[in-house]
Amino acid sequence: MIRYGMVIDTQLCIGCGDCVVACKTENKLPAGLNRDWVVEATRGRYPDLTTEFRSERCNHCSHATCVHTCPTGASHLWKDTNIVLVDPGKCTGCKACIAACPYDARLIMTPDGYIDKCTFCHHRVEKGEDPACVSSCPTHCMHFGILDEPSSAVSRLLASRQQKVLLDETGNQPNVYYLI
Amino acid sequence: MLEELLVTVRSNPKIDPSLGIWSWEIPAYLFMGGLTAGIMLFASLMVLLARDEEFPFVARKLPIWAPIVLSVGMLFLFLDLSHKLYVWRFYTSFQPSSPMSWGSWILLLVYPVSILLAACTLRQGYPWLGRLVDRFAIGKGIVDFSCRHRATVAQWGLVLAVFLGFYTGILLSAFSARPFWNTGFLAPLFLVSGMSAAAALVLLGTRNEHERHTFTRIDIVLITIKLALIALLLVNLATGSGVQIEASQMVFGGEFAIPFWVFFIIPGVMLPLILEYWELKGRRRAWMFISPVLALYGGYMLRHLTVDLGQTSSYLNYVNAFDPALLDLLR
Repeated sequence: MIRYGMVIDTQLCIGCGDCVVACKTENKLPAGLNRDWVVEATRGRYPDLTTEFRSERCNHCSHATCVHTCPTGASHLWKDTNIVLVDPGKCTGCKACIAACPYDARLIMTPDGYIDKCTFCHHRVEKGEDPACVSSCPTHCMHFGILDEPSSAVSRLLASRQQKVLLDETGNQPNVYYLI
Repeated sequence: MLEELLVTVRSNPKIDPSLGIWSWEIPAYLFMGGLTAGIMLFASLMVLLARDEEFPFVARKLPIWAPIVLSVGMLFLFLDLSHKLYVWRFYTSFQPSSPMSWGSWILLLVYPVSILLAACTLRQGYPWLGRLVDRFAIGKGIVDFSCRHRATVAQWGLVLAVFLGFYTGILLSAFSARPFWNTGFLAPLFLVSGMSAAAALVLLGTRNEHERHTFTRIDIVLITIKLALIALLLVNLATGSGVQIEASQMVFGGEFAIPFWVFFIIPGVMLPLILEYWELKGRRRAWMFISPVLALYGGYMLRHLTVDLGQTSSYLNYVNAFDPALLDLLR
């Protein structure tokens, strides 16, 4: 399996939200629906505070509980990769995948009713391009590539910097990394 | 201290600001599923233990309610689907890792067995319906077949009833992402609660004193087990991981404390238990109608609160200051 991943440098992210706008534009998402979002996390006690911005989305987990829980196979892995997609033609809108995602990364497409989510812009990846959010980032804090390829930019970044993933304790093995 | 604030808009319907994907339909479906399991279990036991004469309501009148209640439950499940036209997709694949897929296929087995279990009881339980069914060759054939293979049907009924009852709990407990649901106690709790609801239905329907007395005793035992399982579930959560402890806190003083204790435990579990105990002691006969109604109410509330608590419990704790109502004011 080819394991695609995203590496986001929290030291460079300024929380501008361009990734969110790029995603909505690229994927023509209806008003009010979002596949990605930005979190401002503040730690500590005044005046010793630290703040990090995180651009978040589906983690395209290696242990994707949403895929495992889908009763119809609508939630599936794209080709031989970890990219999780939803086939609207198979989705009943039972919403089990939404309940199964600890990141609340899925949404109900309105008005149609099928379940939607970040696709890592697989239509762009297919053409060798980065996802829209990565391409549009003005601070170049977002990187995309194959995690198991030692020479890829994402692998080299992960080898050179301290990193974390979100909710590692869930056992979902997320593939979006944050450099800290 | 850690404060995590959403700085871009997140207003995905039914997901933000907190998860609310399942409203009354799924709890109602789980309740109906549990009730069906309870009905099939008692009806099958009557056949296997050859107690038809002793318990006439359970043996002859109760079984028909299994496919009816299940159909209503399935209707509620259908109402919940947000992509309804694709409902048939449940039956184009089997996903072994998905409890919901297991449930879909189990229901496909439960349906014919529940109908066969009821078919043989029609002529005695509902003579007018029995005569109506007998007018059609296929109906008569089914009734005759079910009576010929009554014991086999009851054996299947018993096994499938347990599967169905457990399934209604496993459906929720398999979601590791929702701390309140992620406990093995939900499966036995929902099965016992379904049996208790079926016993309550018997108490509402029977006119036989011996049957009423026995099923009052059965329901008392079931409600007591249910209460013990609820206590164990809460202990399990309160001594679990950080997110599970947080989830259990919602019923010990959190936003769900009043709904849980005042609107569920007291009227839906404790009151029917006390009233049914009084009935056994021969007191307060006027309450006979109220206690099973309260037990049924408790059965539904258990599912409703469990579904709500599970959706509210989460690994995430993001502050979402976005208010779509304010945006509407600008439009």
